[in-house]
Amino acid sequence: MMIFNNILIYFVIIPLLTLAGLAFCTNAGRGIRAIRAVAVTGATALVALAAYLVYVFLQTRAAGVADEMILRSDVMWYAPLNIKLALGVDGVSVVMIVLSAIIVFAGVFASWKMSPLPKQFFLWFFLLSTGVFGFFISIDLFTMFMFYEVALIPMYLLIGVWGSGNKNYSAMKLTLMLMGGSALLMLGIIGIYFHSAPEGSPLTMNILEIAHADAIPHEWQMYLFPLTFVGFGVLGAMFPFHTWSPDGHASAPTAVSMLHAGVLMKLGGYGCFRIAIFLMPFAANQLAWVFLTLTGISVVYGAFSACVQTDLKYINAYSSVSHCGMVLFAILMFNTTAMTGAVLQMLSHGLMTALFFALIGMIYGRTHTRDIQKMGGLMQIMPYLGVGYVIAGMASLGLPGLSGFVAEMTIFVGSFMHEDLFRRVLTIVGTSSIVITAVYILRVVGKLLFGPVIDEHHRSLTDATWEEKLSTGTLIVCVAAIGCFPNFFVNIISSSFEPVVQALMNN
Amino acid sequence: MDYSQFLMMPQEMGLLAVFLLVFLYDTFMPERSQRGLPLFTAIIFGIYTVLSLFVCCTAGTAFGGMFETNGATWAIKAILAAGTFIVLLQAAKWTNSEFVSVRRGEFYELLLLTLFGMYLMVSARHFLLFVIGLETASLPIAALAAFEKRYYESHEAAAKYIFTAVFSSAIFLMGISFVYGLSGSLYFNDIAMAVAGEPSALLIVAIAFVIAGVGFKLSLVPFHLWTADVYQGAPTAVTAYLSVVSKGAAAFSFLIVLVQVFGAAYSDVWEWMLYALIVLTITIGNLFAMRQRNLKRFLAFSSISQAGYIMLGVIAVNAVGMASLMYYVLVYVFSNLAAFGVIAAIERVSGKTTIDDYNGLFKTNPWLAFTMMLAMFSLGGIPPFAGFFSKFFIFVGACQQGSVAIYVLVFIALLNTIISLYYYLLVVKAMFISQDDCVVPAFKSVCTERVALVLCTLGIVFLGIVSCFYTRLSDISVTSFPGL
Repeated sequence: MMIFNNILIYFVIIPLLTLAGLAFCTNAGRGIRAIRAVAVTGATALVALAAYLVYVFLQTRAAGVADEMILRSDVMWYAPLNIKLALGVDGVSVVMIVLSAIIVFAGVFASWKMSPLPKQFFLWFFLLSTGVFGFFISIDLFTMFMFYEVALIPMYLLIGVWGSGNKNYSAMKLTLMLMGGSALLMLGIIGIYFHSAPEGSPLTMNILEIAHADAIPHEWQMYLFPLTFVGFGVLGAMFPFHTWSPDGHASAPTAVSMLHAGVLMKLGGYGCFRIAIFLMPFAANQLAWVFLTLTGISVVYGAFSACVQTDLKYINAYSSVSHCGMVLFAILMFNTTAMTGAVLQMLSHGLMTALFFALIGMIYGRTHTRDIQKMGGLMQIMPYLGVGYVIAGMASLGLPGLSGFVAEMTIFVGSFMHEDLFRRVLTIVGTSSIVITAVYILRVVGKLLFGPVIDEHHRSLTDATWEEKLSTGTLIVCVAAIGCFPNFFVNIISSSFEPVVQALMNN
Repeated sequence: MDYSQFLMMPQEMGLLAVFLLVFLYDTFMPERSQRGLPLFTAIIFGIYTVLSLFVCCTAGTAFGGMFETNGATWAIKAILAAGTFIVLLQAAKWTNSEFVSVRRGEFYELLLLTLFGMYLMVSARHFLLFVIGLETASLPIAALAAFEKRYYESHEAAAKYIFTAVFSSAIFLMGISFVYGLSGSLYFNDIAMAVAGEPSALLIVAIAFVIAGVGFKLSLVPFHLWTADVYQGAPTAVTAYLSVVSKGAAAFSFLIVLVQVFGAAYSDVWEWMLYALIVLTITIGNLFAMRQRNLKRFLAFSSISQAGYIMLGVIAVNAVGMASLMYYVLVYVFSNLAAFGVIAAIERVSGKTTIDDYNGLFKTNPWLAFTMMLAMFSLGGIPPFAGFFSKFFIFVGACQQGSVAIYVLVFIALLNTIISLYYYLLVVKAMFISQDDCVVPAFKSVCTERVALVLCTLGIVFLGIVSCFYTRLSDISVTSFPGL
């Protein structure tokens, strides 16, 4: 089978092998060690493979291969409908894969002491990551969509069984809203399929072929673009479809929040970019103003909402709404600079939110509360976690040297480059979110870490254990790496936007 | 008479042979070996099912064109046989139970006869044969529904079923008589030619009657009122059979009647009727399913809405729709029978059938809970399970027709999948998340049940990922119905 020569397929095979390995473990007695060993092996293999993928990608580009997608391979799956297992990556998918691998790795260590039922937890966890990786490596609409849904459904049980608080409600709300999004998406995909090729040529599900044929009639684009954009936008927490996000994040266990905010929400942004805008540039141009307004509201509204929350997870969930809104906002600016910023923001937000949720989970595991009114002065008690929290906060509010600055700077410079007055005004409005972010981040940092110790019982708490340090340390290093060496990442991703921007120009 | 015509019906002949063997066993074997009858039936029927997969299906007609066999009829009959096989396995333990065992032979004989009737329905190209098939497939089920003599609900189910079956047959025959009056023939092809000209009001009424008649059988809304009570009251094995095999046969023959008889000339008429029925069926089935606490009633409403999805393959009127319909039935057989298998096993051990009884099932019976979860995910259309693929393909088939109205219909159906996901997840929630003090105790299911569940699980997992099933059905429907 030729497809096994392609390294991309191993991003799906490794999680599946991990699943198989976990299936043989037991929860009882010493089984937990075997579970951890299998999970860590799987996650490490993914990180190694992702690093190798970056190497291969850079080598290929350095060798002057200018294809849109590299590492292509097609295997026919459902011949009657021309559905293929089509693989291929460009710069954007490569960085998304790297991000996912890092977060899966950190997530495994963040759920080191998972109980009850650690085996089942990791089974769902790796099923979720199978979906995520499958989504990023596919370039066939059907397989992308299938992997997308594979990534969604484990959330229900992960939150429902291992979550906290109002978990039944949150899990159901999250699942149904995301599935609602994917229902729109399914109709969009079927619509795209039936208009994918000019009259007489065979229909296709391959994204590149559809984009090259550019055969979707303009009037159909006007229906299909909103369907797909909103479909993915629900997962990208676009206002007014963001309401699943705060409840879902608040109830989810730590590693799931990390993976969900870190990676899953990026599926939304990636899908909007790869499917909605890339395939339907005409409608994208026509309807951009609607979605720019909505995402603009997300950016500001999310930030304001975060200001009034007192639950640490809610603060970060709303902050995610704001930051993910910025991703979609930047994608809709339709120029290379802003889109580069959008991908950097996905990367940056993924890492720093995962870091946030990991730290919150660790703090919550010790203090058994997430209410900032009931905690204070934690910096004296758990300095490692405290410093980590400050770093995550600084990244979030855009301190130079960390990832947030690079991303937001690029986004706003790119957005303002537009001649259009409407977009410039929106950019100015959007920029205000940076200030608001500073308000809520500094408020939490000041209250939580540097205030007086409120609860005397907290004095007896311990600092991070080794696996917690490993988990958060990995993320901190990555956040700093993006901030210090943004060019490395920009080089990988920037070449990917040419075809999209070109298509948008032509329409 | 040319007896070689019987060679055109190898699947029917094989089924009759199985029936005769079961009958002989039941009649002549001594009392002490009667307990072996369920296993005996299951085994020879299993052999028959496997053999019928390999039987060379020559396309052609027999008995002056009354009976047609082609790739599509072969495929749907094989699917129905597979479903029946699983039902036989699931029923084995129950038919040996104390109050049922005296009539165990009748159970198997009647069950096999109804399957024979369905085969005739599927292959009939003449309304007389079709009605014979329909009646053979319907009436014995009433007797089967009344099999739990001790329970009042079982009687009620049988009475409700027989009344609606007879009533719907009457309506159907009324429609047929109109058609006969207009065309002077009962052959599908002759009718299609005769009615091809001017649309007549009488024929529109006839079409409505035919749709209503078959709609009862498929339990399309508003002809669904018998469904929930019958499903709840009938023995679980019979309910499983009714919801899967009977429905699959009816759906396929519905497609044949609508497309072959009224297809070309009256597609506008019946498509709009069907359009309204689909919207009602999917939506009302789903809305009622949400409120059910008894799992058999719950699956009754769920199967009503599933029938609505199956009808999307009929309204498509193209090869993709045809293939998707058969594929949908195939996947639905495995998914729904998995659910019924779990319900039957738990009912047998504890007598419990409500959703609340399943609270905490994962703790005590992880494998049953796992299988039930797969069934729910597959019915709800969650990848990578087969239900996702069948839903996607049936939507593709419908959308291929291309009109905006169809896209709207598919959109409504998609919104309904979210509602359905809600109630399927309620079952998953009960098993995995909810806690309860009086959990169903851990038990070992019997061998036949386990084989049935394993078969269903394999079907749910592999029917979608392995593409050859759909591809084969797609080839078959292209060759069998070149006109589509």
